[in-house]
This record gives sequence, structure tokens and C-alpha cells, in this order.
Amino acid sequence: MLTLERVSKVYRVGTFGTQPLNAVRDVSLTVPPGAVVSLIGESGSGKSTIGRMVLRLTSVTSGTIAFDGRNVAGLNGHRARKEYYRHVQGVFQDPFSCFNPIFPVDRVFELLRGEYFAATPDTEWRASMRRSIERVSLDPGQVLGRYPHQLSGGQLQRLLIARALMLDIRLLVADEIISMLDASTRIDVLNLLGDLREEGLGILFVTHDLSLGTYVSDTTVILRRGRIAETGPTGEVFASPRHPYTRGLLASVPRMHRTWAEADAELDAETGPCPVHDSAGSEHPADPVEVGAGHFVGCFSNDTCPE
Amino acid sequence: MTVEVSELRVHYRTLRGSVQALDGASMEVGDGAIMGVVGESGCGKSTLGKSLIRMDGRMRHVGGSVRLGGEELPIGDDRAMQAFRYHEVSLIPQYAMSALNPTRRIGRMIGELLESRGVRFSEAKRELTRRLELVGLDGDVLKRFPIELSGGMKQRVVLVLSTLRDPSLLIADEATSALDVANQRAVAEALVGFRDRGFVGAMLFISHDLALVAQIADTVTVMYAGRSAESAPASELLRRPRHPYTRMLLSAVPTVGATIDERRQEGIPGSPPSLLDPPTGCRFKDRCPLAFDQCETRPPFVEVAPGHRVACWKAE
Ligand SMILES: Nc1ncnc2c1ncn2[C@@H]1O[C@H](COP(=O)(O)OP(=O)(O)OP(=O)(O)O)[C@@H](O)[C@H]1O
Ligand SMILES: Nc1ncnc2c1ncn2[C@@H]1O[C@H](COP(=O)(O)OP(=O)(O)OP(=O)(O)O)[C@@H](O)[C@H]1O
Ligand code: SF4
Ligand SMILES: [Mg+2]
Ligand SMILES: [Mg+2]
Repeated sequence: MLTLERVSKVYRVGTFGTQPLNAVRDVSLTVPPGAVVSLIGESGSGKSTIGRMVLRLTSVTSGTIAFDGRNVAGLNGHRARKEYYRHVQGVFQDPFSCFNPIFPVDRVFELLRGEYFAATPDTEWRASMRRSIERVSLDPGQVLGRYPHQLSGGQLQRLLIARALMLDIRLLVADEIISMLDASTRIDVLNLLGDLREEGLGILFVTHDLSLGTYVSDTTVILRRGRIAETGPTGEVFASPRHPYTRGLLASVPRMHRTWAEADAELDAETGPCPVHDSAGSEHPADPVEVGAGHFVGCFSNDTCPE
Repeated sequence: MTVEVSELRVHYRTLRGSVQALDGASMEVGDGAIMGVVGESGCGKSTLGKSLIRMDGRMRHVGGSVRLGGEELPIGDDRAMQAFRYHEVSLIPQYAMSALNPTRRIGRMIGELLESRGVRFSEAKRELTRRLELVGLDGDVLKRFPIELSGGMKQRVVLVLSTLRDPSLLIADEATSALDVANQRAVAEALVGFRDRGFVGAMLFISHDLALVAQIADTVTVMYAGRSAESAPASELLRRPRHPYTRMLLSAVPTVGATIDERRQEGIPGSPPSLLDPPTGCRFKDRCPLAFDQCETRPPFVEVAPGHRVACWKAE
């Protein structure tokens, strides 16, 4: 469904916009229907940039992003783009910033209606709005007509997902949507993503927390400074991480019944040599190498690797 | 110094009535101890932090007390608190990072802050640089602008600044929540390091992340709707929680490596009550699977084992 093929993004920074900043480098991945792909990495590793490129909020420097085989960058004209957003939507970290504090929360739905459902009769529109709110386990009577400050972050976050669900959505880009939520609300939102996945939705799930990523995701992509450090089936990456960066991230994830010191002790176990440098002679020398079924590992020394 | 919060009640005045944000919060933090304070959004954690430092115009001290080393803190008296603020009790506020003035270099900003609190910058500078180095920042950060520092670096600057006077009590309100796991760990370990070196006496570590609290806290207090629900040594609370709310909160945290397909975990059904007009008796009763007649009366916060207190009629 969604395919990224050697996608890179270079920002121009510095006083005169002359310094290149390689935010995303040669990232390839696919999100099939009914699958959750987690993008995990430290702050600044390029996760949001990938999400924003998929949503066409920022341009692609090189490589292609295709949805159902069509290059997303080549969507010309209002109609083609509108059609794209009917199927692809994004939800972001701070739900409060998506609502206007002076209007009831219903307003975000009204804006959508103006764009996509202008011809839908009132009763039909309200019924489908209520259905989609119920789908995210909210009681329409309890949330509609309320102001943003009267609802919790989790409720607002779910309303934004409900709004996306009003469309014929097939891919959801969820960027850090749970990092501001408390434990109880987090699991509700994660479960919701799991249910939507069952219904066939593809989800690109951006997070810096590995443990939350593993709970719902099928495929994990670990990003380091814009490059894929490791990727594979979530269980596989999680159970036998190969890249030292993945292992370090895993050791930093706070766990309820294991101290950081204990995690470090496990980390000290031998990592093995860099599989990329071991496999000389491939077409793109810096590309990740397959170490198990669908499990790829990138070069350990990211920065010194030949470009 | 030991910190004792007893039955603290602080309400917000609003047009629609008073919000009982803190309405019987009790906890005791030993000298040199780190206490984690957890609970759902809106349960009063930040209100507790603010109450111990400075109440804003809408906050009212309705009852209860806070003692620091046996001496009562005049929390309702803004001027009397002046002597304690920063020097004795210091706060890293929620969203402190985004509050840094973007147009000032870090050094200048710290200088102004210190002078405003009656500390000579020239005298404090050596110690400031020494402590910045302790948390892995070189003295050069003083010459940089906030935008030039990563979130983790900024939060370490805030930590050093807020503890420069060796306060008896530090309140860290979601000090690491906006950071990625690697930076989160670095800042959390810096907090522990400062405690170990005696730069801070006791610490209240407010967080919604139970697993993080488990890493650094000696004791934990769970709050619910403005009150203390349970308080115990960290390992005891995590392994043998007694309050139904604590149990449900803990089971809502995905264990690392767990997946929805193997075992689906559930959040706590329902949502916390409105604090404008909170229910009588136990405030958790509408969501509690064990609720019975007696829960119409407020359960006392009593000791059930050494250092382990619970407010629940069903907790044995
Ligand atoms: N509009 C922009 N102009 C210039 N540089 C940018 C822009 N947006 C992002 N960057 C830079 O690109 C890199 C990747 O940023 P990105 O926001 O994608 O990271 P992230 O992984 O989402 O991080 P976080 O966890 O902090 O959200 C960073 O170095 C960032 O500073
Ligand atoms: N200025 C205010 N006026 C009225 N009510 C307020 C005010 N500030 C907070 N409240 C209310 O007081 C209660 C406690 O809020 P507080 O900010 O202490 O919660 P918290 O536990 O820190 O939550 P979070 O985890 O979201 O930071 C909430 O119900 C909140 O809506
Ligand atoms: S006092 Fe009653 S309602 Fe409250 S937690 Fe205990 S059993 Fe549940
Ligand atoms: Mg981001
Ligand atoms: Mg708070």
C-alpha cells in the first residue's frame, strides 16, 4: 500500500540556508494494509520528517514515496490531493494544539464536512459522526458540544482519530500520539490502534519508546540519524537486536522490574562484528544487510561509512 | 530534612465554584529519599508541586499542613514563603524547558535568575560550572542560546540551576517526560546523582511514567482525584500493590516485549470524577470493582505494613 524507496530529505540550515542537514537518508520501507509499522529512534533521528513527507507536508529530496503504486509527490491538482487525504491522514503529539479553545470540539468535524461531505444531509452526517466517535470508544453525548479544556488529552486524541475515521481512511500516520498521555489512557489508545489494524488500516506509528512500539506493531524500523539502523518483524528485532544502537535504546527503556544497571550488564554481552562491513561487494555498500528472515541491520559505524 | 505533607487541601477558585484539586493529600519523604508521585492526568500532582512553592492567585490553602524538618511551611503566605523558595524548596516546573527565554544566552539568563534570588552570580559561577560538568555539560553551554541545546541538555541545565543552593526539597514535575528514552535516562540518573552527593535533601519526582519512577524512586505515592490512595517503598508498591486503583494503574502499563496479540492489557474503565463536585466517600468508587456500601464513607489513609499506607476499606 505505502512504499518508501530510498527516500532522503535534506534540509538547508544555517544563517544563509546553505548548510545541508541530512534528516533522512536512504530509507526504504513498506506499510501493507492491516499492519502497524513503528518508526523508533532518538529525538532528531528523522521520524517526524518521514511522517511529514508521507503526508506531503514537506517535500522529498530524493527517492520515492508511493501509495498504491502512485508517486505521492506527483499528485497534481486539488482533486488528486483531496483524494489522497481521503485515504491518508495524520494525528500528532499535542492534541490540544489541533483544537481551537474558543469553539466546542465539534468544530474539527465541521471543517472536515465542509471539505468532504458538503452534499451529505444533516441527519446522515450526524449519525456517521456519532458512529465514528463510538468506534474510538467515546460516548458522543459526553464529548460533543464540549470545549477542548473540558476533555482529557486522551479524549481529544481519540476524537482526532475519530475524525480521520470519517473518511475512507486506509493509512494513518500517528506521530507520538501517546507520549503526552497517562498510563491508563495510553493503553486505551494503543488498543484502539490494534483494533483499527484488525479492520485493515495500515498505521505508521512514530514513537521514541520501544516498549510502546512493540505492543501493537508488526514491523519495527529503528532510525539513527536519518538512517535505518535495524528493521524487521517486531518480535525478532526485539528478541535479538543486533545493532548496538538498538541494544542501547532497549537498555534505556525504563522497565518496572529491571533496573538500568541490570540492563547494562546484559548489554555487555558480545555484539558481534558489523554485518555491513562483513559483506563486502554489495551494490550500495552502506545498505542494511539481511541477518534473518526480513531482519536487516545497518552499518554499526554510521558516520564513517562510505557514502 | 524530612518532608511531611498531611491532609493537604488546596482548591482553585473558578467562576463555577471551587475545584478541589488537592483534598487530603498526605505523604512523607525521608531525608535523602526520592519519592515518586504518580496518578492519572488531573489528579493534582502539579497542584501539589505548586502549593509547596508558590500558589497562584486562584489557589487557596483550605486545610492541612506541610512540614519541612519539623517546621511548618507557611504555604498560604506568599511573602513568608519567600525565605524558603528556591533556597530551601525548589521546583522544576512541568514544561520548564519550553519556558526558557529564547533571546537570552543560558549564562546571562542564569545570572539574572540567581541575582533575583539574592545570589551573586560571580560567587556562584565556579560551583555552577562544576555541576554542569558533573552532568556532562561543558562550561561553554553558558554562552549558547536555548535553541542551540537539545531537550536533554536544556533539562540538565534546569536541574543544575534549580539545585544550586542545595535545597532541602526538590520537586521535579514531569522533568523527563518530553525526552526520548536515552535522554530521559541521562536526566533521571543525574537527579539520582545529585541526591547521592547531597545537593538535594528530599525529592518529589512527579511523573506519569510508572516504569521510570520504578527506576529511581525509593518510595512512591499514588494519587487519585486530589487524595493519596497508596504510599509505600517502591519495590513493595510495584510488587504488592494493595489499593484497587494502584493495581489497575499498574496493569495498564505494557510490559516491555508484550504484544497486544499475546495479551491485551486494559486501561481503567471510566474516567476520574469532576473535582468541581466530587463524589462523597471514596472518590474511586464509581470505577472500583470492589466497591460496597461502606465506600460511601471516606476510607482513612492508614498504615497496613511498615511504611505502607492505603486509603481503601478493602485493603487488608
Ligand atoms: N523544518 C526544518 N528545517 C530544518 N531542519 C529541520 C526541520 N525539521 C526538522 N529538522 C531537523 O531534521 C532532523 C530530524 O528531525 P525530526 O523532527 O524528523 O526528528 P524526530 O525523530 O521526529 O525527533 P523528535 O523525537 O524530537 O520528534 C533534526 O536534526 C531536526 O533538527
Ligand atoms: N488554574 C486552575 N483553575 C481551575 N482548575 C485547575 C487549575 N489548574 C488545575 N486545575 C484542575 O485541578 C486538577 C488538578 O490539576 P493538576 O494540574 O494538578 O493535575 P496533574 O496531576 O498535574 O495532571 P497532569 O498529569 O495532566 O499534569 C485538575 O482537575 C485540573 O483541571
Ligand atoms: S474504598 Fe471502596 S471504592 Fe474505594 S478503592 Fe476501596 S473498595 Fe474501592
Ligand atoms: Mg518528531
Ligand atoms: Mg501536571
